[in-house]
Amino acid sequence: MDYFLNQVINGLQLGLVYALIALGYTMVYGIVKLINFAHGDVFMVGAFVGYFGFAHWGLPLPVAILFSMLTCAILGVVIERLAYRPLRYAPRIMALISAIGVSFFLEYFCSLRFVFGPDYRVVERPIQTVTWHLGGVTVTNLQLIIMVTVAAMLIFLQYVVFRTRVGAAMRTVSYDHDAARLMGVDVDRTISITFALGSAMAALGGVLYAIAYPQIQPFMGIMPGLKAFTAAVLGGIGLIPGAVLGALIMGQVETMTAAYISSQLRDAIVFVILIVVLLVRPCGILGRTEPEKV
Amino acid sequence: MATKSTTQWFKLLVGVIAVYVLVKVLVQTGLMNSYWQRVLDFGLIMTIGSLGLSLIYGFTGQFSIGHAAWFGLGAYAAGYIGKTVGGGTPAFLLALAVGTLFAALVAYLVGLPVLRLTSDYLGIATLGFGIIVKVVLDNINKVIPSLGGAVGMTGIPQTADFEWIFGFLLLSILLCRNFVYSTFGRACTSIREDEIATSSVGVNPTRYKMMSFVLGCSLAGLAGALYAFRYPFLHPTTFDFLQSFNFLIIVVAGGLGSLTGTVVTGIGWAFLLEGLRFVLGQAFVDFRGVIYALLLIVVVLVRRQGLFGGKEIGLIVPQIGRRERRNAPAGSL
Repeated sequence: MDYFLNQVINGLQLGLVYALIALGYTMVYGIVKLINFAHGDVFMVGAFVGYFGFAHWGLPLPVAILFSMLTCAILGVVIERLAYRPLRYAPRIMALISAIGVSFFLEYFCSLRFVFGPDYRVVERPIQTVTWHLGGVTVTNLQLIIMVTVAAMLIFLQYVVFRTRVGAAMRTVSYDHDAARLMGVDVDRTISITFALGSAMAALGGVLYAIAYPQIQPFMGIMPGLKAFTAAVLGGIGLIPGAVLGALIMGQVETMTAAYISSQLRDAIVFVILIVVLLVRPCGILGRTEPEKV
Repeated sequence: MATKSTTQWFKLLVGVIAVYVLVKVLVQTGLMNSYWQRVLDFGLIMTIGSLGLSLIYGFTGQFSIGHAAWFGLGAYAAGYIGKTVGGGTPAFLLALAVGTLFAALVAYLVGLPVLRLTSDYLGIATLGFGIIVKVVLDNINKVIPSLGGAVGMTGIPQTADFEWIFGFLLLSILLCRNFVYSTFGRACTSIREDEIATSSVGVNPTRYKMMSFVLGCSLAGLAGALYAFRYPFLHPTTFDFLQSFNFLIIVVAGGLGSLTGTVVTGIGWAFLLEGLRFVLGQAFVDFRGVIYALLLIVVVLVRRQGLFGGKEIGLIVPQIGRRERRNAPAGSL
């Protein structure tokens, strides 16, 4: 039983990190209907910048995280500007291929010797690990930090989307670009802000991931990115609560499979569940199917 | 019209022989060594698989990004036959048939539930299937030890040479051309343009989606089977979702709804990847991925309809006896 509860907590930790990445996917998809395959690589850049911040440049951890978030926010906006905006009115598949191109570019560029280099780097934890035993269940201060940070980010994001002018603009643009423009919304600016927010979240997720699973390399973003996107689809893409729900499910399934069945079958079982859920609810768990317009 | 049709066939025959002779002359004069021959063969194999995806996505509009899964299923099924039966021509043909049919069977079973999904959701489901297949291939040695699992599979007889692969590519092109310009193919194209409108004129979309999906995946299986008999080492990472992206890139960069585009980009893509290695030299070989990525982005930004944008060249896709050329698919979506 204690083992089980510990696995639940491990799964929660993983799921919450996925949630941070999934939020960026779901926001970008919601607003420009683009599967931003480069998002996982923004997460990787975030992890590296954060790591350099606290391990090599001697920044305090919060400053390093903020610096990493700022860098990635700028990176996200630049990517959107150069690679996606020119294709906004092209067939959607072209923006997707462009996203794959950006993803390859970030991976290979970052693995060049004068950038981050191709090797694995071991991340030394910037904070002392403290472990609490609560009646057989072990919780570390790191897990607590992740939980609090992610919860704070969620509340912040919900506030931004539903209580601010920018959020209103985002919801309007996601509904209809042209109508939003007619209503006086600056569509380009709103999309840029969405990319900045999503990329900053991914950077935060990247730093937390690097601290929790202390090994980083330029191709580390592929699988977490793919799984976070799957989580967003699982929960219902375009919905912020859906992304979190999907990510928490993914985290639990992955941890439980690794703990009780086989760590090699982890990915397969995650995707079997995804396919089964999509067959029952084609738009995700929280998603609503819209009737097709003729 | 008989005379016109005959000249078209004649031109096609001359074209095929010319390409074949050109390759042979390059080999004989030593301009094309065995390394580049390998690159060319790989390009042709990828082209066969991409033609399959072209039918599924380019002509029927079914967004599938798990194409490498069927490539891998075909390769492993054929490889298993090759290892147990041997490498003679009959065994080779049997292995090709088994690889192709196995991919077709799995495509049918997967397509039954999955093809009900639309657009990006279908994409994610097929991507997920691709990852499942990769995990299965990684662990397959626990069930069938000779398939190697995560350490890779060796010992498949290397029967497929350039002649076989070239021949099967020609057959695949003819098959795809005939399919696309048949009643079935036209039904598929109209599903791509508007599924609801198509079903309202009495065409059953499910049936045609399934038809092009099974046909396309079996071409991927054939490509995989040829791959198994051409390259001595099979490994699950060759068939993971990054390979699926390669098929997708070839089809989209060539131009959706253009078989010519798929063929030209498929071969060009293989030479681009290896050519970059050659051009950059030892000192800058690390930049290969960066330059490839930039080229990809630039191609998409500059030619957003793909290199061929739905057009066909008569030599590769002969329009024999066809009058409806002007109605050729426009490659939207």
